[in-house]
Amino acid sequence: MRKKYLAGIAAMAAAALAMTGCTGGGTAPSASNEGPVTLEFAQWWEPELPANSLRSLMDKFESENPGIKVKLISGPYASTKEQVVAGAAAGTMSDVVGLDGAWVNDFVKQGSLANLTDLMKSANFDESQLAAQVKLDGSTWMIPVANFVYPMFVNDDLLKKAGVAAVPTNRTEFAAAAAAVTKTGKNTSGWVLPLDTATPNGIQNDVMSWVWASGGSMLKDGKPYLVGNTEVKDTMTFIKGMYDAGSIAKGSFTMKEQDKVNEFTNGRVGMMIDSLAHVNLIREENKDLKFSVAAIPSADGYSGKRGMPYASWGIGVANNSKHQAEAFKLVSFLMGKDVNATLCNSAHAFPGNTQAVPDFVNSDPIFKQAFEIYQAGTATNEFTGLPVAEDLMRSFDEQFQKYLAGKQSADDALAASQSAWEKAFSG
Amino acid sequence: MSTTSLPVTGADSLGSPEPRSGKPAARLADARRALVPYGYLTPTMVLLVVLMVIPIVMVIGYSLMDNVIMKKNPQFVGFKHYIDILTSESFWTAVTNTLFFTGVSVIAHLLIGLAFAMMLNTGLIGTRTKAIFRTIYVLPWLFTVAIIAVLWRLLLEPNGVVNFLLTASHLTGTEVEWLSSPETALFAVTFINIWAGYPFYMTSLLAGLQGIPADYYEAAQVDGANAWQRFTAITIPQLKPIIISMALLDFIWTTQQFALIWMTTGGGPLGTTEMLSTFTYKLAFSKYQFGTASASAVIVLVISMVLAFFYVRAQKARD
Repeated sequence: MRKKYLAGIAAMAAAALAMTGCTGGGTAPSASNEGPVTLEFAQWWEPELPANSLRSLMDKFESENPGIKVKLISGPYASTKEQVVAGAAAGTMSDVVGLDGAWVNDFVKQGSLANLTDLMKSANFDESQLAAQVKLDGSTWMIPVANFVYPMFVNDDLLKKAGVAAVPTNRTEFAAAAAAVTKTGKNTSGWVLPLDTATPNGIQNDVMSWVWASGGSMLKDGKPYLVGNTEVKDTMTFIKGMYDAGSIAKGSFTMKEQDKVNEFTNGRVGMMIDSLAHVNLIREENKDLKFSVAAIPSADGYSGKRGMPYASWGIGVANNSKHQAEAFKLVSFLMGKDVNATLCNSAHAFPGNTQAVPDFVNSDPIFKQAFEIYQAGTATNEFTGLPVAEDLMRSFDEQFQKYLAGKQSADDALAASQSAWEKAFSG
Repeated sequence: MSTTSLPVTGADSLGSPEPRSGKPAARLADARRALVPYGYLTPTMVLLVVLMVIPIVMVIGYSLMDNVIMKKNPQFVGFKHYIDILTSESFWTAVTNTLFFTGVSVIAHLLIGLAFAMMLNTGLIGTRTKAIFRTIYVLPWLFTVAIIAVLWRLLLEPNGVVNFLLTASHLTGTEVEWLSSPETALFAVTFINIWAGYPFYMTSLLAGLQGIPADYYEAAQVDGANAWQRFTAITIPQLKPIIISMALLDFIWTTQQFALIWMTTGGGPLGTTEMLSTFTYKLAFSKYQFGTASASAVIVLVISMVLAFFYVRAQKARD
């Protein structure tokens, strides 16, 4: 009987300990010097790449670096972000993390990212091969591995049907083409504008892109510059004009990026600004759709270099990692000329290594066209590196929606956004 | 009247064991025996502490600190975040929207759930027909929130099925932007939530209805009660404990609804569907103001605890 009691208590205690073990612990590997080092690599890239393409690169890395194993922690973009934020807060961030430029400022402030300038120096890494680096206070914190540019997509058939002879190159031509396409059918619109506030990146990709395409800026000396900024105001007025004319697809205020792509794929929209990453998806979903890409139209009369929005798969090393040198080995492996080209080829992205040339750039006419636009212009994303970048987009989005709905003037929207942005910058 | 006496020895042996002779071995055995119940309770206690007590205490702690999580040395600011939240216009907009969304959802869930449950409990329909309808009616409950959100986004989009049917039948002249228009968005998300949640009531109330003895209705019929009188005098009083418990539970759950709102409107357009849950989420994961977000979460916790208190009281009364 006594044995039974003892066994019962022991079993309960063991279960309790096991459960405590399950809930505790972090993701960081132990500091043990014995045995292979296991690096955790958290990112959202694997689900967006062809099956096993990232894993096979990791296998290659492991074979080149005996003693280092890589454990991929993959999830969708949004959950990766939450996971990285939580890991940064708890000091359990994975050793190597996939980063969006919009997160960098906050993580640097938090002290959760390792200084890559120091790591590059220690590893004698040649910085000149990098296409870009995200720097704050003179140090690098994120390196863009793959870049997805956002040109304008054009439904060639719809434009032809609307009698638009050439792809618009300036705003007047664009507004006229959008109006003409809208007139072609009951469910057809000239342009599509996703402004959902849950994922407010429409402000970056579909609104500010017009400012950047005309050489404008939303910042002055790195600070918010919205009040008195004629380039931003002109863009807002231009979009409002198309909104009032009914040339923009309905449902903008809660439309997400995916809805935008669906509208275009289904042939209901004449033009959209979107990531090249969606080219294959559009082709798979609608084999009959004839489309091309072009530079985002500029303000009338503008002849300078055009800015084109881009989003990056960035990479960084966690400050809490006990294997920062090994982690940087993985970073430099991914930034190597051949590996970077292979990765970007799978992702259909432009490389983060200046010498890497993915095959698709030459073999596919759309990507070739996009690469030419990319090289002729400047990849621009002013939100990268800003504090609470997503919140800046959201606060602008809310004011912009009010302006579009006719509930306030453009100047009031700009003043309210400026005030919200200044508060975020000072916080 | 008869009385039954319990054997005294049995009670003694269970409740108050005879004092032992004080030998150490015997005392050890007693202590071990006394520890057994705690052994069984340990897993639950550990889970409660790890999953409930620690997070709640941490969040309350965060709500009193500034720059928490984002900086290594947060400062104690007392109730500043609570004052900021309670004086914020956006917070009260979220409260108003949450009350509307929750109130309408709970009432509609109850009415629809009760109507369908009574329909499925009636003797006028054959067993096979009932089984078919039961399957159809319970369908919304089988979908996850993500599926429900995607489904209704597709149905309600300007070029979606709902608008097609409405325009084809000339009920509306143009496509309505159900989820994107500030005038209709709150009604649309509330409707989706009603659609998703009524089967919970329906199944529970159906079980309750099946538990009401047929004798009551027969006796009432003999006494000349009509259908309405039988409904108000028998059905409702018999279901009352279930209705109260479920309404309170539903109220608690619906005030915390996040995923559906986030995936359909994200709190927009123009803040017309901003709920306490989305408001708190944005503070934490968009503005990274974890202190303020914690204060908002504590306020929601207090509201939920008040509702939970009534729920427990209703449960006790039912028992």
